[in-house]
Amino acid sequence: MTNFLKSNGVVMLIFATVVLTAPIWLAPIGASYPDLLQKFAIFGIFAIGFNILFGLTGYLSFGHATFLGVGSYTAVWAFKLLSMNVIPAILLGTAMSGVFALAIGYLSLQRSGIYFSILTLAFAQMSYSLAYSVLTPITNGETGLQLSQQDPRIIDGLFGVPVEAGLPSTHLFNISMSGLSGFYFCAVILIIAFYVSLKIFRSPFGLKLRAIKSNQTRMKYTGFNTRPYLLSSFVISGMYAGLAGSLMAVTDPLAGAERMQWTASGEVVLMTILGGAGTLVGPLLGATLIKYFENIFSALNLSELHKIFDGLPDTLENIVVAIINPFVGEGWHLMLGALFMIIVIFLPGGIMEGVSRAFKWIKRILGFDKKQPVVTSNVTPKGEEK
Amino acid sequence: MDAILIQILNGLDKGGAYALIALGLTLTFGTLGVVNFAHGAIFMLGAFCAVLFQNILTFSKKVKDESITFFDAYKEQPYLEIWWGDTGSAIIDYAVPLSILFAIPVMLLIGVIMERGLIKHFYKREHADQILVTFGLAIVIQEIIRHFFGANPIPTPPPDVVAGSAAIGTFLGLNDNLVYPWWRLIYLAFSAIIIFSVFAFLKFTTFGMVVRAGMADRETVGLLGINVQRRFTIVFGIATVVAGLAGVMYAPILPPDYHMGMDFLVLSFVVVVVGGMGSLGGAVAAGFLLGVLQSFASMNEVKAILPGIDQIIIYLVAVIILLVRPRGLMGREGVMDD
Amino acid sequence: MSYILDIDGVNKTFGGLQALNDVNLKIEKGETHAIIGPNGAGKSTLLNCCIGRLIPDTGSVTFNGKNMIGMNAHDINHAGMVRVFQTPEIFPDLNLLQNVMIPALAKREGTFSFNPFKTLAKEKEIHEEAMATLADFSLDTFHDKLASSISRGDKRRLELAMGLIQHPALLLLDEPTAGMARHDTNRTIDLLKSEKMSSMTKVIIEHDMHVVFSLADRISVLARGHIIATGTPDEIKNDPKVKEAYLGEGDDDE
Repeated sequence: MTNFLKSNGVVMLIFATVVLTAPIWLAPIGASYPDLLQKFAIFGIFAIGFNILFGLTGYLSFGHATFLGVGSYTAVWAFKLLSMNVIPAILLGTAMSGVFALAIGYLSLQRSGIYFSILTLAFAQMSYSLAYSVLTPITNGETGLQLSQQDPRIIDGLFGVPVEAGLPSTHLFNISMSGLSGFYFCAVILIIAFYVSLKIFRSPFGLKLRAIKSNQTRMKYTGFNTRPYLLSSFVISGMYAGLAGSLMAVTDPLAGAERMQWTASGEVVLMTILGGAGTLVGPLLGATLIKYFENIFSALNLSELHKIFDGLPDTLENIVVAIINPFVGEGWHLMLGALFMIIVIFLPGGIMEGVSRAFKWIKRILGFDKKQPVVTSNVTPKGEEK
Repeated sequence: MDAILIQILNGLDKGGAYALIALGLTLTFGTLGVVNFAHGAIFMLGAFCAVLFQNILTFSKKVKDESITFFDAYKEQPYLEIWWGDTGSAIIDYAVPLSILFAIPVMLLIGVIMERGLIKHFYKREHADQILVTFGLAIVIQEIIRHFFGANPIPTPPPDVVAGSAAIGTFLGLNDNLVYPWWRLIYLAFSAIIIFSVFAFLKFTTFGMVVRAGMADRETVGLLGINVQRRFTIVFGIATVVAGLAGVMYAPILPPDYHMGMDFLVLSFVVVVVGGMGSLGGAVAAGFLLGVLQSFASMNEVKAILPGIDQIIIYLVAVIILLVRPRGLMGREGVMDD
Repeated sequence: MSYILDIDGVNKTFGGLQALNDVNLKIEKGETHAIIGPNGAGKSTLLNCCIGRLIPDTGSVTFNGKNMIGMNAHDINHAGMVRVFQTPEIFPDLNLLQNVMIPALAKREGTFSFNPFKTLAKEKEIHEEAMATLADFSLDTFHDKLASSISRGDKRRLELAMGLIQHPALLLLDEPTAGMARHDTNRTIDLLKSEKMSSMTKVIIEHDMHVVFSLADRISVLARGHIIATGTPDEIKNDPKVKEAYLGEGDDDE
């Protein structure tokens, strides 16, 4: 029974149902409007990909926002030069970030451990500087890369797509990418991305990545050359980030350097560990939660807080508001930082670990826990039979 | 020639800050085995010690402005001036150098609280966890500072006496027009003094010898047995004070804002990597070297040939060094190979 | 040539200390060869030189006619030389079955193969082979336990299983019974003598003379970085130089 529930088909069926019905079941908590749903899907893809590197191999990259940015820039260029159809944009965005990931990964993986983290961080800062000022002709620097009416759009031109009066908008074979159809497009991509991640988790390749995390030295003496494994996983996760970045450009066709900042890299790390690094659905869960609460808390301000706690006695109201205020609105980052620390200190396995602990606890309370026999091979020592 | 001299001085200044931060990073990493991503935030806190001290000294009262006679005008006058007149003004003028005295105990306290309250529990955890928790801490510190001091850089001027420029051209017998800000020269001397003190401390005290032995071979630190815990706290405290003082003195050069720490942290990490992880001398040498390189790259003549090179030169050098000498300039075999 | 491993004139110094001094050792195909010697004689250094962890200053290590010096650890493994470590080197976060499947995968796939779309659960052959190997070491009943959760003796047996599943041409064992209780030691001896392993060439470093004399076909004695004697167990027992090396150690501190 459990085996059936864990088979790829069933897992994917459940996953697809949950994702595609999200606009319905997220409605009661006010998270069912397309913009936010798209964010969930896009950052979910980003975190699922990051997890393939960090969760499986334990290599902590602080530079994955670079690939997100590369994906966005490439996608916007595809919109400018080729077509407003999203297919070339996301294919090129993913491929280009794969190329970047190959180069940066190759160099960073010359070292392991802390060195690796520092190197990825340095590369990310370098890419940010490049995008922000040095490569202005390509990235349009501070202003960010935008569409314009003068863009050539060669493919669209070939097919005789009429030039509209305003800026054109993105589409998938003339299905608009705004509103709910935009979400469903991202959702389908998310489902595919999740499926690929599931396959990797359950492949010999995935097992070897986990073995590298567990004991890399042993892997080498077992006969594996670990570096190409790490590099493949780095490139795959970089391509996920590029895919997420190009989807951002699909929903809103502009790209700016701030998408590549270290704060963005830190955010995906937090999403992954909040949900549970190394678990299948944890990173997606973490991404959704963070984007949901960001949406709520960063919109709050002092007067709204007073409104919320209006029912409390005045003094109490003032105290509660004073405590909460630094964490909302502009202070949302303070909340992220604090959350970061709390998770690492108290729940290194993330929410998924919390859930499995809770399940064990409930089982014990309800008495479902079968007493497991103490197992050890010493029960029948072969030596004594002789 | 003159321009080159100025660039070297500029570079040494920046390098001084890199070196002081990298020194602390190397110390904590070498002895405690902890990667501290909050070290840049400590540098930033140091700079804000100067800001806070300046704010305290200039704590003001509204008084009637006698110079305006048409109507009743009010101005802010610091209590110090009201009480002590010119002596008070002089004290305010010297806010930044005086705040060193204020910063040392404050930074030491912050360091001890950080080590005892948080870092201590992460000695046995994986490096990834250490990075993550200190990264979170860096964000928290940064955001708290922003909450209280706002997002804009806060000017913290040096004392009037040294606010001008030194005529180094005349002094060196070169061009008379060649001048350089006094405060930057002071900063250079200051970082040299701090670096020498730290090295002397490590070289000539028993405590320092234990620390150096520990950096060469971390296992032995454990074997020494005698109150390793307290030594760890002291080492962390020293690193905190060094980074903090670097921040205090840098405040007049770069008006402090809440995210200056992260900018310096990334560069200091690169410095540590280039210098060779675990090598104090390497950290200092690489700090000055990269500072000077960056400064040369930002010369207009260089930028005309390679636009934007000043933004990325440090990273480029790091990549090249890493490929040619994976252990950095002065890294030794066997020290933190993984 | 009948020698599978030929260590010729190997020297290794650390700082001023000569850890290995002109070591010559030839291992015959199919034999179980024990290396004994007092503490600090250089036994582990010698193994590390064979396995690629250390590079000797001078001398050569030839395995199956191929020079091993400067080769990567993973290439040495694929050449057929596998080492079992003194402190159990396992994958603590994986279960026992996965621990054994990984070396089996290495044997099949080589140093690198990119197969993210294969399904691990469908690898019936490797699965069965791993279970059979675990059964040989009576570890199969708890194959789904995490490797970090089993006893130390079981961990060492698990590592033996991980070495064995690769069917190495030469197995290097670093104190396979150190820290084991007597009956555990006896079990390990029986395992190493069992049919599956008896035909395999083995080099064993061991302190426990009981283990050495129950397993070894030939013995070499290493003292102060030099091989002072090689011979059958009986020859070694009666060798005056060996007696001196072991007794002399206590007399003068060098």
